[in-house]
Amino acid sequence: MLKLDAQALYAEMKEGVRHLLRADSVLVGIWSGGAWLAERLHQDLGLSGRHGVISSTLHRDDFGSRGLAGRDATDLPFDINGKHIVLIDDVLYTGRTIRAVVNELFDFGRPASVVLAVLVDRGGRELPVAAAYSAARIALPASQRLSLARTDDGALSFAVRDLANPDSR
Amino acid sequence: MLSRRNPQLNAHGELIHLLSIEGLPKAVLTQILDTAGTFLSVNDRDVKKVPLLRGKSVFNLFFENSTRTRTTFEIAAKRLSADVINLDIARSSTAKGESLLDTIANLSAMHADMFIVRHAESGAPYLIAQHVAPHVRVVNAGDGRHAHPTQGLLDMYTIRHFKRDFTQLSVAIVGDIAHSRVARSDIHALTTLGVPDIRAVGPKTLVPDDLSAMGVRVCHTMAEGIKDADVIIMLRLQNERMSGAMLPSAGEFFKSYGLTAQKLALAKPDAIVMHPGPINRGVEIDSSVADGEHSVILPQVTFGIAVRMAVMSTIAGNAA
Repeated sequence: MLKLDAQALYAEMKEGVRHLLRADSVLVGIWSGGAWLAERLHQDLGLSGRHGVISSTLHRDDFGSRGLAGRDATDLPFDINGKHIVLIDDVLYTGRTIRAVVNELFDFGRPASVVLAVLVDRGGRELPVAAAYSAARIALPASQRLSLARTDDGALSFAVRDLANPDSR
Repeated sequence: MLSRRNPQLNAHGELIHLLSIEGLPKAVLTQILDTAGTFLSVNDRDVKKVPLLRGKSVFNLFFENSTRTRTTFEIAAKRLSADVINLDIARSSTAKGESLLDTIANLSAMHADMFIVRHAESGAPYLIAQHVAPHVRVVNAGDGRHAHPTQGLLDMYTIRHFKRDFTQLSVAIVGDIAHSRVARSDIHALTTLGVPDIRAVGPKTLVPDDLSAMGVRVCHTMAEGIKDADVIIMLRLQNERMSGAMLPSAGEFFKSYGLTAQKLALAKPDAIVMHPGPINRGVEIDSSVADGEHSVILPQVTFGIAVRMAVMSTIAGNAA
């Protein structure tokens, strides 16, 4: 059985992201797991200003079958023009979310650069997307879905769900 | 309706056509309002367009004229990257004797993905929804006296924006309730969203007492109708009502039911004044009120585009 210690991986990710930071860097977390991570990283790394949150919903390629998810919304409380964007996500898989998110980002302006840092890279890429940093690399069968969960007190853990389950949408 | 299921919903209870607010669950209404909030923020971007309906063709089918509603649907569809085709249907095929369903069949053969329908006959959008291919979506943009669901939803968005919580509100709808599809859609939406006090205000000819069957309180004076109201929705007094025996004159109506600053003082101090437009200054609303600090008539127009984007993208994203 797969065992992933989200808290320990987070501690590693914090150091990894620290090395990606430049003078004009801002953290942008991908809704929802990545947004939790970006919020914590922003605080733990002592960054100024606010972190951003970005949603892939409006640029998804599976919109026709998946529809609109609900309350996720992009919130970028800064001008992204000329910024070095560090995208934060919990799990990197096919790369389709990242493609959509990069499109979403460019609707707001022209950043100087965009890099990606993730907690877990589970392989299975369907697009030419790579993370500049990942705290762990694992292999999972396509039938399983890995996502980050957060309890009310802020503790992070990984949840694995079977895609045969209709609730996995 | 003939079908057992609400024709607006698929087997999972998700919205696939928007025909009427009546019978839609609260969760569906709330999801549209939430989604509209997302689309409102698209206006703050460098690129004020999202690709959700890219490659889709939206046909505006207005059998009855309405420049404003048609334009806001057109803007909404374009901000979703759809191709929009406006058909001056009243002056073309129908005038040549083509039936409604033949018109729809022909436009479907042109690969329409969505029809935005306004029609003088109540129920026309239902008829169309029952005859289109499974992938085609239909939005009712006003049918007869029956329903105007996107206006109802944008009114709810406006109320939620300014008042946050529906469950403590007193809402007064003033004017020609009997003939108003806006009023009907508003009443259904307000009831579903849990507004405890809904008042229908106007003369007996325009606000018959049997309206109370819809769960509203019928009031024949403004003093009673707007006292301590949080929200006042003024309806446009249609000119054709004046020519019949319904009303003595526009001047008489204004004296009794026109919203003036003096009458507005009866409502709560933070009351908002709404109107679906176009407004008739000096008939149902005084200029000082229409342009005053309580008026949210222009924000309604802005919210209307976001709400229509939410409706179109929601139904396009749900499988039949």
